[in-house]
Amino acid sequence: MKRIWIPLLFLLPAASAPPARAFCGFYVAQADARLFNKASRVALARDGDRTVVTMSSDFKGDLKEFAVVIPVPTVITKEQVHIGETALLDHLDSFSAPRLVEYFDEDPCGVREERAMSAPAAGLLMMKSSAGAARDDALGVRIEARYTVGEYDILILSATQSSGLGTWLRREGYRLPAGAEEVLGSYIRQNMHFFVAKVNLKEQSKLGFETLRPIQVAYESPKFMLPIRLGTVNAQGPQDLLVFVITKSGRVESTNYRNVKVPTGMDIPLYVKDGFGDFYHALFDRQVENASREAVFTEYAWPMNWCDPCAAPPLSNEELRGLGVFWVEDAATRGGPAPVFLTRLHVRYDREHFPEDLVFQETSDQQSFQARYVMRHPWKGSAAGCDGARSYYEQLRRRKGEEARALAGLTGWGMGEIRHRMSTGEDAVGANSAGGRRWYERIWKN
Amino acid sequence: MSRIFASVRRSDPRHYQIAVLSLLLLYGVFVLRFDVTPVRIALVLLTALGAQYACGRAFRAGPYDPRSALISALSLCLLLRTGNPWIAALAAVVAIAGKFLVRVNGRHVFNPTNLAIVSMMLLSRDAWISPGQWGNPAFFALLVACLGGLVVNRAMRSDVSLAFLAFYAAFLAARSLHLGEPLTIPAHRLMSGSLLLFTFFMISDPRTTPESRLGRVIFAFLVAWAGWYWQFRMFHTSGPVWALVALSPVVPILNRLLPGPRYEWARSRQAAADVPKGASRETNLDPSAVPAAGR
Repeated sequence: MKRIWIPLLFLLPAASAPPARAFCGFYVAQADARLFNKASRVALARDGDRTVVTMSSDFKGDLKEFAVVIPVPTVITKEQVHIGETALLDHLDSFSAPRLVEYFDEDPCGVREERAMSAPAAGLLMMKSSAGAARDDALGVRIEARYTVGEYDILILSATQSSGLGTWLRREGYRLPAGAEEVLGSYIRQNMHFFVAKVNLKEQSKLGFETLRPIQVAYESPKFMLPIRLGTVNAQGPQDLLVFVITKSGRVESTNYRNVKVPTGMDIPLYVKDGFGDFYHALFDRQVENASREAVFTEYAWPMNWCDPCAAPPLSNEELRGLGVFWVEDAATRGGPAPVFLTRLHVRYDREHFPEDLVFQETSDQQSFQARYVMRHPWKGSAAGCDGARSYYEQLRRRKGEEARALAGLTGWGMGEIRHRMSTGEDAVGANSAGGRRWYERIWKN
Repeated sequence: MSRIFASVRRSDPRHYQIAVLSLLLLYGVFVLRFDVTPVRIALVLLTALGAQYACGRAFRAGPYDPRSALISALSLCLLLRTGNPWIAALAAVVAIAGKFLVRVNGRHVFNPTNLAIVSMMLLSRDAWISPGQWGNPAFFALLVACLGGLVVNRAMRSDVSLAFLAFYAAFLAARSLHLGEPLTIPAHRLMSGSLLLFTFFMISDPRTTPESRLGRVIFAFLVAWAGWYWQFRMFHTSGPVWALVALSPVVPILNRLLPGPRYEWARSRQAAADVPKGASRETNLDPSAVPAAGR
């Protein structure tokens, strides 16, 4: 029996198969590389009513089990479907991921040394043939189109009643969770069609891809939204969704949920470097709770043509076109650089707090925003070197205290634990800080 | 206590509005981290007050009264988002000038904030409304403030707000029932801070709503339907805001078909006594102030 996987997290697991979580994928072997292991990634390139959606799956199970159902606003022809490359989404992800920046303190005694480097967040996120036509008609289900693209067999269905669609899908070997029919019904009444894709094993082995490539669909519709409701029907707990929206004019935000920018720009202790993923995970968890689990978080909003610091090189025009940014070449042929603005939204949603589908709007807000955390490496000279060095170390102690408080505030970690971790390694303000003398020995300079 | 309450009731409802809008703005800036800086707020406030002064002089509208201009400016700070300070300032000028320039039968036609926001969104590509800037806790705080306003300002034609909310809720619920959606969906759509601001601070403007109660209920119905249709059938954003500006020109027609007492923010007892027969006015709110054009 096939399971239906509906991107935008319409996850419909099979009873006989592993639990939904295993399948909803998007986690890989290295725990640190995929922090939000129930996360999915979707890229939306949109201008006017034209939209190209790219949906990625990290499905690791038996490919026979894989199936996906997406409500779509129009009948989708074969030409509107394309199979993309996972690497492009990976690049977009690492380019916009929350990042850690390192700076090195100057020599307070006058020898200047300045270096800055950036590190991407340690992998932050990441993140059949039908029965007789007569019987289909009786169920109110019509196959509008059927074709094979890449390794996927695709069906476009229209339906007049949800029970008919449910019966049809079950008869075809798909298993729907309780409650899915109601949601399907509301999409049917909005005259939406259903895009059903499953893996064509023959094509898949011919093509030789080991993992499933993302499905891309181009369509024209005034609806600027992502359907998430089916994904909440049978979900076991909240799921993470990363939405990369690529537009012409500026930042994209949700219109029906609160938008919150994640905290950014704080100095944090150096020991976080080795556990940056854990740090950002804790920070994000805390933000979600602070916002009563009801917010859409902005992690990145920046024109595509530059970045500072860059967590990864900006995407080339070719890569952008691969992600469906259809206006890139047009603008290039006119001679000017194409306006491309990237917004990265991170949503943790469940049925209780996200009862309706996500609706977006494009704003003309061009203000750059990134989730960026700063580590400052202290200067290592002796406090006895000069007066500047002594005051430097006094400031450094204060700064370390502020860093500890900032870290506790961002992550909710206990101050005791943070101070303990900071008492060794680079965060410890060492003996050279005092120039070899106790504080009371320095009062009278004798 | 009752004396305090009574004196609050007697005072100009705009004082309550100014207080509530100021608190909301402070809450928005410091707690919800709205994308509006203190400099921007100062720019909008000063521009609006300056424009009110200039227009008052130019149109000889009587003594300077900053209260309505302050309400418009605070509302603009709460609702209008733009990356360009000139657009913010221009919006303040449009809000105030619109009251003096677009008039029918001695009344301004458009709610100043509404006109300014829509004009900026039409004229510039750099203006928008962020309906998703309020969270759930903010919604309940806002709800309390709005309901408080109903009690304090009972003469402020809250019928139009309540009628709008009832019709809008009915359209949302009917659509969801028709689609077989759970009622948590229309409930979530109603629990919007932006919708509350619109309901209790924009469509409620007694100077731009019809003069008769029946007219106001009909107007509320039209705005609710058009706003709902624009947002949920045409899939645009901020439906009620667009609907209100589009339907404001209907108000003079409704006033002709269904005449009622003209609303003034405040008038003197003498002025009330001077009202000719057949053109009665509503009970006064502030026995000390004098009505003037452009308020």
